[in-house]
Amino acid sequence: MRKDLRRQFSTLGESAVEWAIRLCGWSAILFVFAIFFFVFREGAPVLFGELDLKEFFTSVNWRPDSTIRPQFGILALLAGTASVTALAMAISVPAGFASAIFISEFCGPKAREALKIIIELLAAIPSVVWGFIGYMVLNPVIIWTTGAPIGINILNGGIILALMSVPIIMSVGEDALKAVPDAYREAGLALGASRWQVTTRVLLPAARNGLLAAALLGVGRAIGETMAVLMATGHSVRIPHSILDPVRTLTATIAAELGETVEGGTHYRVLFVIGSLLMIISLITNLTADLIVRGVKGRQST
Amino acid sequence: MILLVTTAALILPLLAILAYLVVKAWPVLSWSFLVENPTNYMTAGGIWAALVGTFDVVVLSLAIAAPIGVLAGVYLSEYARENWLTRLVNLAVVNLAGVPSIVHALFGVGVFVLMAGFGRSIVAASCTLAIMTLPVIITSTTEALAAVPFAFREACWNLGASRWQTIRTIVLPNAISGILTGVILQVSRAAGETAPILFTGAVFYMAVPDSGVASWFPYGLYDPFMALSYHLFTISTQVAGASDALAYGTAVVLIALVLTVNLVSIVFRVRLRSRRKW
Amino acid sequence: MASHVIFRNVTVKYGAKTALDDISLEIPARRIFGIIGPAKSGKTTLLRCINRTIDFIPNVRITGEVTIDGEDVFRVKNVCDLRRRIGMVFPLPVGLPLSVYDNVAYAPRMAGMRDRAQLDELVERCLRQAALWDEVKDRLRLLGTKLSGGQQQRLTIARALSHRPEILCLNRFSIAVDPVTTSKIEDVLLELKREMTIVVVSNLVQQVHRLADRVAFLNSSRLIEVGPTDVLFSEHPAHQLTFDYVRGHFG
Repeated sequence: MRKDLRRQFSTLGESAVEWAIRLCGWSAILFVFAIFFFVFREGAPVLFGELDLKEFFTSVNWRPDSTIRPQFGILALLAGTASVTALAMAISVPAGFASAIFISEFCGPKAREALKIIIELLAAIPSVVWGFIGYMVLNPVIIWTTGAPIGINILNGGIILALMSVPIIMSVGEDALKAVPDAYREAGLALGASRWQVTTRVLLPAARNGLLAAALLGVGRAIGETMAVLMATGHSVRIPHSILDPVRTLTATIAAELGETVEGGTHYRVLFVIGSLLMIISLITNLTADLIVRGVKGRQST
Repeated sequence: MILLVTTAALILPLLAILAYLVVKAWPVLSWSFLVENPTNYMTAGGIWAALVGTFDVVVLSLAIAAPIGVLAGVYLSEYARENWLTRLVNLAVVNLAGVPSIVHALFGVGVFVLMAGFGRSIVAASCTLAIMTLPVIITSTTEALAAVPFAFREACWNLGASRWQTIRTIVLPNAISGILTGVILQVSRAAGETAPILFTGAVFYMAVPDSGVASWFPYGLYDPFMALSYHLFTISTQVAGASDALAYGTAVVLIALVLTVNLVSIVFRVRLRSRRKW
Repeated sequence: MASHVIFRNVTVKYGAKTALDDISLEIPARRIFGIIGPAKSGKTTLLRCINRTIDFIPNVRITGEVTIDGEDVFRVKNVCDLRRRIGMVFPLPVGLPLSVYDNVAYAPRMAGMRDRAQLDELVERCLRQAALWDEVKDRLRLLGTKLSGGQQQRLTIARALSHRPEILCLNRFSIAVDPVTTSKIEDVLLELKREMTIVVVSNLVQQVHRLADRVAFLNSSRLIEVGPTDVLFSEHPAHQLTFDYVRGHFG
């Protein structure tokens, strides 16, 4: 009798646990979709009203607080994001790939473990710390080496973003290289090629997709970065003419201005529109990187 | 050769920068720096209020995100049927992990501060951080569960164990190390992030008792709070007259905190990998 | 010869593919029933229907009836109880990541058994029945996954016996196991048939010839022939296909 009762309780308890699990599953799913939905929704009203989309994308006049006629052109901000990201990628992609190749192909196992741990720790440094480094440390260095009047500009932000993106490029790139079967390496070496030749002629082309995905993920990270660029690139909203010009990125704009907006006001909603834009961009880069990697797996399985 | 030089060119300057930070922070680094409150309009004193604020908000956010995330991961990995909806959800979760942190701030402001009416508070900030860490916790849980061989589950089912019994006795215990590693990493991420707490609760200054029990729990759930990451931001960009050392000191403490948590998770992972049971 | 398990017009489809096509057969109690046939002929699916582990396969559609002692397995109140009446052994040995003791004690514990003395006795009995006791009796704390392949397969059998099944199903149990262990296990099966019904699925036609009292031959999801072992392995089975398969002309 007691065993029966215990069995009944345990079955009840088990159903309860399984229901809790289902509930968590569904609520997590809800949250995940809610973010996309909500951010779009908050910005949406303004898309059908005060926001002229053509002006939005093509005008450099970002004057949201103007009392005469508020202007919401983000071209300068787009230029800001693009220029800092481009510089960062120009530095981090080659450097990241080079290190990925080094760690994957030319490194002893102990050194590899150590390096990978260092990379992981580097990746953990918070963005506000990177911004701090840009603002306090790199700033005077730039002024001193280039003679520019201020040291927070594209160059500063680009270097900082490069340092922030290198870990992810390195680790995804290393994964891509590791995924190339050893058979390729052995075949190349058996034909008399040197390690370097095998790497450049055989491995890099074979890992091409994974490396591309790595670069894309680095770009995604750089575009989405907020605090570091807020502190390191300056506050000037205009199209830059040189890498020593200060700029403002899309992300920094939201960070700098959200606190001052009126809830539900036009400025507030336009910032949400910018947020939606950022979300779309990051979605596209992530999905593309995902598709590229999936393409590799598909091909390699045949 | 070139590769070695490039890698060294990346690592060494970074180590040099870190060393530089410590050197500049040296005059200020001391036990009292950690346990004293900022004084004199932030131009002197310590960082206690910010430290305790970060602690509170991180603990609360993980208390929300970890159970929901782990159980959701269990659901997605063990219960959900393989159909278009599950694939879509997995896609959404993975992509959410890549959303810029400022977008989380937007969501937090719109939903928790305004719509739910929490105002700028620990609750609002914790919820925002919880939503930010949730996708990664879910993903590391599903990955840890997937690493447990399917054959174990099949064996258990054939022995008459129910799904939950199998999960409870075989699957979860053997995945727990991977799950914990994921959760610990999110602790360090939540402690370091600034954007999500910018408008959802972190403030420039909150009066916090200097000593006694109240100084350990100074913030009510619905109060705004000071946080280490935000403190670093304001003290370096917005406080005139603060000595450089204060800012460097704050930076060093934040880095040390984050690196320690990450090192713990790495050590954890390495030790548990060597104790795998199959 | 009473029938223990009866299949009536059972058809199983995985999506568009047919795994079992209108199968009707009867498995007699307390005998060894062999099932032979080439790959992908539905043998594993058939076993999965008996203990309803077919439930775990997505997109499966089942028509027809499978009964054990007259009771429809798809209508039982508690599936886990049903599964405990049937022991299942797979092709690849699977040791659970627990100690040897806990491996064998797993099923009874999930069913609610707590008494230590009872569990001790049960573990020893099952390990003896599976011809593994002598090799592990001093190492019961050893991790099950650390045993050799042959030992793990006998551990699987011990586990399958731990919940006192009425029916023991073995699915190609000797694939990953050395000949010595195989022969030990075959001896065990011949012993066990006094207590339970045994169903042996095998690609090794001679193995089935050695063990089984009655044999079914499946090909491409269809039941070609079922009958006494001597008949199917004789010069004149009911179907030419059976003759060809048994002699290794295909499959």
